[in-house]
Amino acid sequence: MKLTPFGAFLSGAAALALAFLLIPIVAIFAELTFGEFVDGVTSDVALDALRVTAETNLISMALIVLFGTPTAYLLATRRFRGRALLITLVEIPLVLPPAVAGIGLLAAFGRLGLLGGTFEAAGIEIAFTKVAVVLAVTYVASPFYVRTAIAAFEAVDPDLVAASRTLGAGPGRTFARVALPLAGGGLGAGLALAFARGLGEFGATIMFAGSFQGITQTLSLAVYQAFDVDFDLALAIGALLVLVSAFVLFLAKLIPAWRRSSSSSITAFAPSGSH
Amino acid sequence: METFELELDHGLRSFRLALALELGSETVALVGPSGAGKSSVLRAVAGLLRPERGLVRLGQERWLDTSRGIDLPPERRRVGLVFQEYALFPHLSVRANVEFGGRSRAAELLDRFRIGHLAGARPGAISGGERQRVALARALARDPAVLLLDEPLSALDAYTRAHVRTELRELLQELLLPTLIVTHDFDDAAALADRVGVLVDGSLLQLAGPSELVAAPADSFVAGFTGANVLRGIASAGPDGLTAVALDAGFTAYTADAGEGGVTLAVYPWEVSVAREAPDDSAINHVRAPIASLVPLGNRARVRIGPLTAEITARSADRLGLREGDVVVASFKATGARLLQL
Repeated sequence: MKLTPFGAFLSGAAALALAFLLIPIVAIFAELTFGEFVDGVTSDVALDALRVTAETNLISMALIVLFGTPTAYLLATRRFRGRALLITLVEIPLVLPPAVAGIGLLAAFGRLGLLGGTFEAAGIEIAFTKVAVVLAVTYVASPFYVRTAIAAFEAVDPDLVAASRTLGAGPGRTFARVALPLAGGGLGAGLALAFARGLGEFGATIMFAGSFQGITQTLSLAVYQAFDVDFDLALAIGALLVLVSAFVLFLAKLIPAWRRSSSSSITAFAPSGSH
Repeated sequence: METFELELDHGLRSFRLALALELGSETVALVGPSGAGKSSVLRAVAGLLRPERGLVRLGQERWLDTSRGIDLPPERRRVGLVFQEYALFPHLSVRANVEFGGRSRAAELLDRFRIGHLAGARPGAISGGERQRVALARALARDPAVLLLDEPLSALDAYTRAHVRTELRELLQELLLPTLIVTHDFDDAAALADRVGVLVDGSLLQLAGPSELVAAPADSFVAGFTGANVLRGIASAGPDGLTAVALDAGFTAYTADAGEGGVTLAVYPWEVSVAREAPDDSAINHVRAPIASLVPLGNRARVRIGPLTAEITARSADRLGLREGDVVVASFKATGARLLQL
């Protein structure tokens, strides 16, 4: 195939763009020996940060699934006035700068904040605790799950939901036995995206939760903290985050592809109806 | 046996759906062009669509009565709805699909519909005819008091369709349930139903036994829908007490029915005979024209001559040596032409 000038331009631009995306990742591993990597990720700072990240993200993801799934199902299956507005509302954290989200959370849940007094009276302190990390991660990561979940529920054939109802299943049972399993792949992909975002959370967390080792210092915060003191440690934690993120991205791509291939026979054999 | 009553009045996009039906243990088919509101009737009965005004009642059991504010959700109406594309759950096996409707009769139904050997298969992996049997078994597993079939044959290829039609007819005769079928195909309706209602733009034009619809169509739409040639023209009094109709198609036909002004003539294809020369027999209507098309249909052939379609035996078509383009004469009797006032 002969390369036209335009084709050459496209290939050149694409090669530059993709190389630019890869270079920082390559650099992290190039600047790091295997020994430095192992020392770094087994250091107290890294292990504490890993534990804090795992704990807070796990709780955040549980909260996102627990509240995000019904929200997404409601928005996907009901038509009502103001629905478009609510869907936009779900996306607010996507366009809000994380630092703004952090200051907002502080203004709401901080000791002197809008709701802080109420919590303080109940003896609950939120800002600069692990709870704050959970709230920050939940706030910024939730739209990734909810948006994908809305699309996944919307893709469920309404006739299948109707069939379930006429077969005697109430709305709850229909959700559990028809909508949820059929949207499962999309929900999984959405959760993987939310988790990836949660892992990288920085701005809102540092504003609202601070960066205290073993309490609120997540891996992303630890990279920032270490970078002043020990560049190799920062690189090692960075490398760890790259590996985890790559794995999550891989999962996010894999789940829908796997769902598609396992259900593709349905479209292939779909009745044509026109014969 | 309980009667099933249905009254609907509901605004659809470009017309109002307004009809009333009463069913015993019989099959009623609603036929009509697509977009006539047929599926909306089934959805309203099943509780998937709430009509502006309506009543759906099985004996003393009210499923819907807008005047009393009663509107049971679908899961509390004892209906078996078979969807046009079957709506089988793609993530569940055939057995789990049937059991979704009810476990107690699942095994029996798998046997009865000859799908026991497919019990472990997913709906995506079985044929259209098999899928239809799964959908029927699933609907019956719920032990419905009313059966609703949405275009039960349209998703099937022509070959499977003929088989399934016979099977379905036997099944419906056996079940003795009030059954409502919607279809766009008059032949399917006539084969499956005890009574056929022609639904156009949301209203029932005529509800009668299939042979009655053919014999005495209420208007030209019903006539055309049941397969008749429909010819427009202007009627006036003719000789010998007949009515002469100057047809838009360019010739004058005579009918024994009375009428005047703008009318349509309905002539069934099997009442039209074909000959090389105008025969000297009891038919007084003759059209001489080339054969536009000749379609064999098993032991019969459909011949298109000018504005008319004739249905003759394949044997006659052979004997006459008919070929497309041959100029022939199509004839029908004045008593074989039904006059319908516009």
